[in-house]
Amino acid sequence: MSELEPDTPHVPAPSLWPIGFAIGIACLLVGLVVSQAALVIGLVLALVFGVLWVRDLRGSRPAAAPAPAKPLVATEADLGATTDRATFLSLATVGVGGLIGAGVTLPVLGFGVLPSFVGDSVKSEEVDLGPISNFPEGEYVIATYLEDPEVGEVTRRTAFVRNNGRTEDGAPSFTTIYSRCVHLGCPVQPNGPIDEEAMKEVNGVQLRPVLAASFGCPCHGGLYDSEGNRSAGPPVRSLDRYEFSIRNGNLILGRLFSVGGVDGAGAKARISKYYRAYPGVHVDGIEKWFYPIPTPGSTG
Amino acid sequence: MVLPDSDPGLDGLMAKSTRRKQLEAVALYPVDWVEERSGLVGYTKWFLFRKVPHDISWAQTLGSATLTAFIVQAVTGVVLAFYYKPDPASAYASVQNITEEVTLGWLVRGMHKWGASVFIILLFFHMARTFLFGAYKYPRELNWIVGVLLLALGMLEGFTGYLLPWDNTAYWATVVGINLNATAPIAGPFLAQFLQGGLDIGSDTLAKFYALHMLLLPGAIMALIGLHLYLVVRLGVTSPPWSSTAAGRERPEANGSRQGLIREPGSPATDGEG
Repeated sequence: MSELEPDTPHVPAPSLWPIGFAIGIACLLVGLVVSQAALVIGLVLALVFGVLWVRDLRGSRPAAAPAPAKPLVATEADLGATTDRATFLSLATVGVGGLIGAGVTLPVLGFGVLPSFVGDSVKSEEVDLGPISNFPEGEYVIATYLEDPEVGEVTRRTAFVRNNGRTEDGAPSFTTIYSRCVHLGCPVQPNGPIDEEAMKEVNGVQLRPVLAASFGCPCHGGLYDSEGNRSAGPPVRSLDRYEFSIRNGNLILGRLFSVGGVDGAGAKARISKYYRAYPGVHVDGIEKWFYPIPTPGSTG
Repeated sequence: MVLPDSDPGLDGLMAKSTRRKQLEAVALYPVDWVEERSGLVGYTKWFLFRKVPHDISWAQTLGSATLTAFIVQAVTGVVLAFYYKPDPASAYASVQNITEEVTLGWLVRGMHKWGASVFIILLFFHMARTFLFGAYKYPRELNWIVGVLLLALGMLEGFTGYLLPWDNTAYWATVVGINLNATAPIAGPFLAQFLQGGLDIGSDTLAKFYALHMLLLPGAIMALIGLHLYLVVRLGVTSPPWSSTAAGRERPEANGSRQGLIREPGSPATDGEG
């Protein structure tokens, strides 16, 4: 019998090339982070061993059984004449069933997925932090507030706000840092004594002055300088910031944005600004190619 | 009850055995009734009473142990759901209530919490056994794949369940977990936004995790366990690698081919061709 026995093992012959292929891939991935030379070497290794592996696999494949001879009788389908009744009915059943299924499934699937990406869930609220006189120049203030008081504690957010005086153009300057670590989103803490006695409550916002020369994250040891630039640890960019405006003498925090890096300090700082990205997501450098599409809501 | 005949002779014995037959018929009647209409008794026998290699050991019971751990999780989870409230304002308080106030709540919550670790640990032991014994090889590759899917679903159960106590550990661990997902290239940020139902963890995140944890994921796990067990029964249990009588061994004239790998020695195919 030329046909394969049903219990013939369908296993290709052993091959050592996958080991080289795996080493190549590992080298490539390490190179992606460490150096471009290692990346190229890894790529070449992976390609060479991959080709060898595939050649091995193709060489060891057992010969396929010869196709059974076609009967020398033309059927109606061969002649392209008609579709018979049974075929039509089964196709119609599948088609109509598929339509009904899609009609039920798609709205449910949409309801399950879309609300995370549209409407209220991606709307950003402005926050009124009260009169700017509460923010002494050159000193950080921890501002804690509820983004949406109706929803409650789960929307509690913290900002670190520093009054920088005025820029060279005479515009008011504030450093408005969002407290979430850009490694994986834990709450960053200011490193310095908090002046609890000077705490104020201004329309639901709690303000506490702090002498912060740096910010640290308790989860994985990320450390940032006073401008929010990474000085140590795993974070991939500088701390996120708020857009801000001043209305009737009150400081208003607006949308959040992500920061690639900050040059200079205080009122003279030059901030490279990007759309709001998730913690751990690169906004600049070669790694940003991994995240080509911003999620809805992050761009505002 | 009918007293036996005063004469304890042959007649008495005969009567007793007739009565026993009658009792057996009465007991078996419902079984036969079900079997005639469904064939389920036959399937149950096919499932439960099957041949296994003579040299298997306790190592082959790890799968059943994992299944038992899952059943414990399912049952305790249902009971916990009687008292748990998946809403940001009351979730924490309801968990405290279960632990402190509800009778035996501390026990059932403890079983569910520690049982989760037991389930995952047993899963890994079961997987290690399968790997080290080579029990994932032809023709059982599909069952390995189903098992890996079960492992992934089990980990997702752990991830979604961790948020439910809604304390600081749960909240920040989930923030970190979701943001880890967000670092995956291209689709990562979208996955994170779907999981937390917006740009940050919000009021819907808890209910979403609760629904995934107790409806979607357990349903998928149960379906895959069914498939997993079907494949175990269909393909049989593998002999250990050191077995002297394992299928595929002791085949002097096999011409180098590995034909008949899944046949037991002594079956017609092996003897005829070997």
